[in-house]
Amino acid sequence: MKKNRTSGKNINREFSVITYTFIGLFLCIMGYFAYFQVFKSEDFINNTYNSRQETFAETVLRGRILSSDGEVLAETKVDAKGNESRVYPYDNMFSHIVGYSTEKYGRAGIESWANFNLLRSNTNFIEKTVDEVTEEKSEGDNVVTTLNTQLQEISYRALGDYKGAVIAMEPSTGKILSVVSKPDFNPNTIAENWDRIVEDEKEESALVNRATQGLYPPGSTFKILTTLAYVRENPLSYNDYSYTCTGSIQEGSNKLSCFSGEVHGNVDLKQSFSESCNTSFANMGLTIDSLDFAKTCEGMLFNQALPVVKLDSSKSSFVLNDNSPASEIMETAIGQGQTLVTPLHMLMITSAIANDGVLMKPYVIDHTENADGMVVKNYRPSTYGSIMTSDEASLMQEYMSEVVSSGTGTKLKDMSYSAAGKTGSAEYGKVKGESHAWFVGYAHRDDKEDIAVAVIVEGAGIGSTYAVPIAKEVFDTYFRY
Amino acid sequence: MGNIFGEISKYLMIVLFAIYTYSGFAVFRKKYNKERRENIFWKQNILMALIHLDAFLLIYDETGNLAVLLFYGTQVIFFVIIISAYGLLYKKASRLLVNNMCMLMAIGFIILTRLSIDKAVRQFTIAVAAMIFGLFIPFIIEKVWFIRKMTWLFAAAGLCALGVVTVLGAASYGAKLSYTVAGISIQPSEFVKIIFVFFVAGMLYQSCDFKQVVITSIVAAAHVIVLVASKDLGGALIFFVVYLVMLYVATAQPLYFIGGLFCGSAASVLAYKLFAHVRVRVVAWQDPLSVIDNEGYQICQSLFAIGTGGWFGVGLYQGMPDKIPVVERDFVFSAISEELGGIFALCLIMVCMSCFLMFLNIAMQLKDRYYKLVALGLGTTYGFQVFLTIGGVIKFIPSTGVTLPLVSYGGSSLLSTIIIFSIIQGLYILREQRGDRHEKKQNLR
Repeated sequence: MKKNRTSGKNINREFSVITYTFIGLFLCIMGYFAYFQVFKSEDFINNTYNSRQETFAETVLRGRILSSDGEVLAETKVDAKGNESRVYPYDNMFSHIVGYSTEKYGRAGIESWANFNLLRSNTNFIEKTVDEVTEEKSEGDNVVTTLNTQLQEISYRALGDYKGAVIAMEPSTGKILSVVSKPDFNPNTIAENWDRIVEDEKEESALVNRATQGLYPPGSTFKILTTLAYVRENPLSYNDYSYTCTGSIQEGSNKLSCFSGEVHGNVDLKQSFSESCNTSFANMGLTIDSLDFAKTCEGMLFNQALPVVKLDSSKSSFVLNDNSPASEIMETAIGQGQTLVTPLHMLMITSAIANDGVLMKPYVIDHTENADGMVVKNYRPSTYGSIMTSDEASLMQEYMSEVVSSGTGTKLKDMSYSAAGKTGSAEYGKVKGESHAWFVGYAHRDDKEDIAVAVIVEGAGIGSTYAVPIAKEVFDTYFRY
Repeated sequence: MGNIFGEISKYLMIVLFAIYTYSGFAVFRKKYNKERRENIFWKQNILMALIHLDAFLLIYDETGNLAVLLFYGTQVIFFVIIISAYGLLYKKASRLLVNNMCMLMAIGFIILTRLSIDKAVRQFTIAVAAMIFGLFIPFIIEKVWFIRKMTWLFAAAGLCALGVVTVLGAASYGAKLSYTVAGISIQPSEFVKIIFVFFVAGMLYQSCDFKQVVITSIVAAAHVIVLVASKDLGGALIFFVVYLVMLYVATAQPLYFIGGLFCGSAASVLAYKLFAHVRVRVVAWQDPLSVIDNEGYQICQSLFAIGTGGWFGVGLYQGMPDKIPVVERDFVFSAISEELGGIFALCLIMVCMSCFLMFLNIAMQLKDRYYKLVALGLGTTYGFQVFLTIGGVIKFIPSTGVTLPLVSYGGSSLLSTIIIFSIIQGLYILREQRGDRHEKKQNLR
């Protein structure tokens, strides 16, 4: 068409460049539009500011929330007069993770994160048409979670009347298997009891999900991070580390002692870890460059938002720097000081160790399906990346196994599965001797996926006495079914 | 029962528009002969009529407002007159451009009627006036040969009009864009961008020696600076890119283009540092949810609308597009995407792209260097404006506050776009007529 046009011939090359550049720009916005619709739109639709969600409830009956083993965790029942009520068959047991959905007080937990999914109806065209003709509400999509009712139940029972949290996940996928936080509330009656819960006379903070948002001093479980920082600082010589524990360590005017006055004698790095020798770790802490220590911790997600999919979580904090005094360094090395973590965060670090250094993003919604059980959207496991090398991970696996075979976690010895972990007793408040009992660990058996668990029992005392037995019940249950 | 009609007509509209869009690209196939193309254009007219009818039936069904039917009838007459007037007056006109122009205006009328019937009627009135004016433009182009001598007059007029706005203009959303004459608010940059193209073409079509390039660049920079001073960043960006493209094509010197882009980037960084309202838009672009209460509100509402609409849309009147501030102007694309669906919105982008390709195609085939540059400049203006507005509302780039040509509400924008389309038609007709004298050749129409 444009041949033989001598005057325009040269100039037309530039025209082509411009034409193709603009075609490129148009394709970019089309591509981004499609990308947004497929991958990003959900983050926006689900936002509580999106008032469009409210109108869906007029034509759609809120879907159900199901456990991975098919139990109903939340459903909407309609009585003869057409009144709808949201029913939670397990009462308090799933209160924080499943959450609640009320007209007056909003939503929390999965009820909030998956609000949009629960209010969409993907029933087939014929059913929809019938619904429209009869002016019935369409059945909303169901949300199938990764939660397991048996693990949830045993965790809930095992924690008993203590305040605290128990959370378990599958290290190889990031699937959250159970989330218990106490004190809890009954989502069936939350609207009636709202004022009392919010007033919070007993200072229970019952609405806070302690497993994902509670910030605690990590106590000795933090020695996992001190060990990694030490190994990184002394890559060739950490095996030659030795220290003689006399029950206490003095640095200037600062004195720090081992738990309940124990004297560990001559220890190497592995023994320091498995016997949780405070003085040895304080000694190590003093040799680690504070900025390198901070770098290691930040590489393990301290001081930043955790990479979780649809979970509310708090940021853990680690504050050492160049000017930190020796007393604070020593305290920090044993998990006291100003360091604060969430149980979820410790669970993620433990999972990465079990998974050879690779952290999977924790998630709790497995898929959504329409009322007839056809899958609408699958949420697949996603990798965050390696937060430690596989060599570091296998070293920590070895050390954490030693805790179980000869250290503070021997209650988990000689089971059908092999467990590994780290206990902790985190002192809090001003009163000496009051401590939270911690345990983080994982268990392996060849015929099943591994499981990792984090347990914190507020004010209970020693980790090995109070937290380990809870973890054991979770492991036992997991490997029984 | 109304809902079933709504559902069916929603999907019907998507299918019809998808076919229309496809045909808008199919005509570019070289193997198609003239009859086959004519056939496609007739089919496009039928598709347009069906989409238009479908939408207005739905609007009537939802509102029960008889005035809507009257309004619809008037629009049909308007479109029939445009299409047949071009057929009668300008046999050589590009029917693809006429069809696309009418299709885009029809989509504009549909979504504006849904958002606010008063605004839609206002828009329609301006469209009628603009089209009557536009019909004379091809005739003027043919007669007024001395237009290429008026180069400096264009520059002076353009700078004056922009300068007056800067000094007198009313502040609107952080940018001084318009002034009001006899109750009508006029946004001069919409018209200055047209004469700016004529100015640059007039400067560069004869000689591209260094001195000429320097002088032209200084005047072009003056335009851009005045726009930046009045905080019209979208406008400034359009002028800047149009100038670079024209300079590059006229000189065939990629270095000018690359150097220009480099200066542009430096200027953007400077603007970011200097102007708070630029920073606000960048923050709102990076993470709108984090600033949803303030600067991110508009873009978040836009994304809520687009996301909630999904691929198939929620249907006319089923969404909440009026939650987006100034939805009928800069954010009309989001309203369309929410209610008519993501597929419809993608097709809309492609129709705009089809217009742009036609503009450039015409530019390429023109023999006269002056007209060639004019067609290129106007095409770039149109294409880049579409990119800026859609890219902005979907958060691909920071929002710059420009309108979607022919669809957004706004008299100045509508009139200037109709003028651009008419000028291109005039150039196309010119080429076809001259082409006929030299060689009988089958050409794209």
